[in-house]
Amino acid sequence: MTIVADSTGFSNRGTARPDEDWRFTRVNSSEAVNVLVTGPLLDRERWRRWWIALVASALLTVVFFGAMFYLFVEGIGIFGNNSIVVWGFPIANYVWWIGIGNAGTLISSMLLLTHQRWRAAINRLAEAMTLIAVAIAGLMPIVHMGRPLYFYWLAPYPNTMGLWPQWRSALVWDFWAILSYLCFSIIFWYTGLIPDLATLRDRATTHAKRVAYGALALGWRNSARHRHIYQTYYRTMAALAVPLVCSVHSIVGLDFAASLMPGWQETIFPPYFVVGAMYSGFAMVAVLCVAVRWGLRLEALITMRHFDMMAKIMLMAGTVMLLSYATEWFSGWYSGRGADRRFLAFSFAGAYAPFYWTMIFCNCLAVQAFWFRAARRSLPAIIAISVLINIGMWLERILIVLNTLSHHYVVSMWRLFYPTLWDWLILAGSLGFFAFLYLLFVRFFPVVSMHEVRQLVHEETAG
Amino acid sequence: MKTVVFAEFEHEEALVNAIGQLRERDYHVLDAFTPYEVEGLGALLGASPFRVRAAMLVGGLGTAALCWFIEWYSAAIAFPFDSGARPHNSWPVFPLFPFEFGVLMAGVFGFAAMLWSTGLPRLNHPFFDTPLSGRASQDRFLLAVAAPPTTRARDALAGLLAATGAATIGEGEL
Repeated sequence: MTIVADSTGFSNRGTARPDEDWRFTRVNSSEAVNVLVTGPLLDRERWRRWWIALVASALLTVVFFGAMFYLFVEGIGIFGNNSIVVWGFPIANYVWWIGIGNAGTLISSMLLLTHQRWRAAINRLAEAMTLIAVAIAGLMPIVHMGRPLYFYWLAPYPNTMGLWPQWRSALVWDFWAILSYLCFSIIFWYTGLIPDLATLRDRATTHAKRVAYGALALGWRNSARHRHIYQTYYRTMAALAVPLVCSVHSIVGLDFAASLMPGWQETIFPPYFVVGAMYSGFAMVAVLCVAVRWGLRLEALITMRHFDMMAKIMLMAGTVMLLSYATEWFSGWYSGRGADRRFLAFSFAGAYAPFYWTMIFCNCLAVQAFWFRAARRSLPAIIAISVLINIGMWLERILIVLNTLSHHYVVSMWRLFYPTLWDWLILAGSLGFFAFLYLLFVRFFPVVSMHEVRQLVHEETAG
Repeated sequence: MKTVVFAEFEHEEALVNAIGQLRERDYHVLDAFTPYEVEGLGALLGASPFRVRAAMLVGGLGTAALCWFIEWYSAAIAFPFDSGARPHNSWPVFPLFPFEFGVLMAGVFGFAAMLWSTGLPRLNHPFFDTPLSGRASQDRFLLAVAAPPTTRARDALAGLLAATGAATIGEGEL
């Protein structure tokens, strides 16, 4: 087989079909990687579609903050929550967003530690997704409470009231989990960026870009001595990230599991929340990969084989979700308790049943298409199923809240939840805010980890 | 500040080979600059990540211990709150906060130690005055060897570097 470089830095490598390869075999030099990744960032001409998307997402961002402003003025009465169903959309949004936020760290750390080389093309964009999703998730409990000026009461500090946090509460654990995870993710993401920022500094076409990227790169010189220290730190961070990411979503699961309500006494919640988080996160990564790949023309770096691999992981996670649901149903029925059986019947045939069946279809059935190679290698199928998974996972989050709270032990406390316009605006606005921040990331930072891909290109071509 | 001879190589194998040959002849290889991690090269040049490891361990465990103390102090001493007759020192629920925050602070201490060990941030360094420095972050491998005191010895070093495959040779400071 021969390697032939054309003017764009791509090569065709013998007989292998392009969609059979990781991009490493199609991009045959360090310079080819640099051109592909830094080219769009340093070129002002290619961004028309980006501006359109940015304006659209900025409008939704205005909706998001406008709705939050109205909430802080009017109070939480603007939401559909009532005296029985005291948790609503913001809590479901919180669990959903933090779940999406988990996949970035999982891709980065778990796949790094297990030497899954294919991660290098997608880990940066997944990590950015984590940062933004976790930051939005962190806003949601404040939205739920409607009183942002008091959130710091969760922190332990000497105060004139003599009050301290209640350490037995899962909500206090949540505060620390989100805070720690968000800050940790920022450090991890930034550390991974440093060598690539140095590349951008050295390829900058204007003085302003050189200064900006140079300052962000901290004067990184690509010294082998520095890199040895850097890599030790980065790998140790990856090793710490795995238990951290599992603990964060387990703690979110404990918000529900450490309770006495029907449907909220499941010991399976922590692991099933972690898998669910990975599931929705991978689905979101797949959608973002399609968008970024198309927008920045990175087909040579993010190939169909990456999508194939992500589809397999989603298939595994979807099957685990089905098993988890089945376990939940079986233990509810097998317990023989009236409240649990009534809860099950309410889930399948109650007021929210159409959403429950939709959730089962989206989370457990649609993903089964990925058993077929043709579906795993089809971008329309990947997009459709990933979007369905994200809808299904959001439905799971809202139904965990609503099914239980609408169906207490006492019949007099059975009451339904009806979302208001403000519930929907906060949800749609958070999606817009996510897109807005993500578009800024794509415009100013390298979406692919160049220094890692360069190493892989060398290994591939040398081998 | 030392005067050094820089040699630029196109491939990492040539760089590693050159380091071996220079060491055999007792040249002082100060550093190498590579566009990606060449495994084992940093250790070969004497870099030690000990500070990072120690800082992460001490920072993580120290923070966790402090968090645990705050939990115990606030729950058992400062604000003893009777919740269903559970003991004030409810230690089984205490590990979550120290773990989460301890991991974060291990990362923060490690980052600080990494900066300390590498001397970063340093935005203005003599290395950047070398015209060869820009390619080290992109696609070339740069070697920095302590410049011998005499012109004749420098010529010998340049000859040796050229023989090992250096594409470009120049002088600068480090």
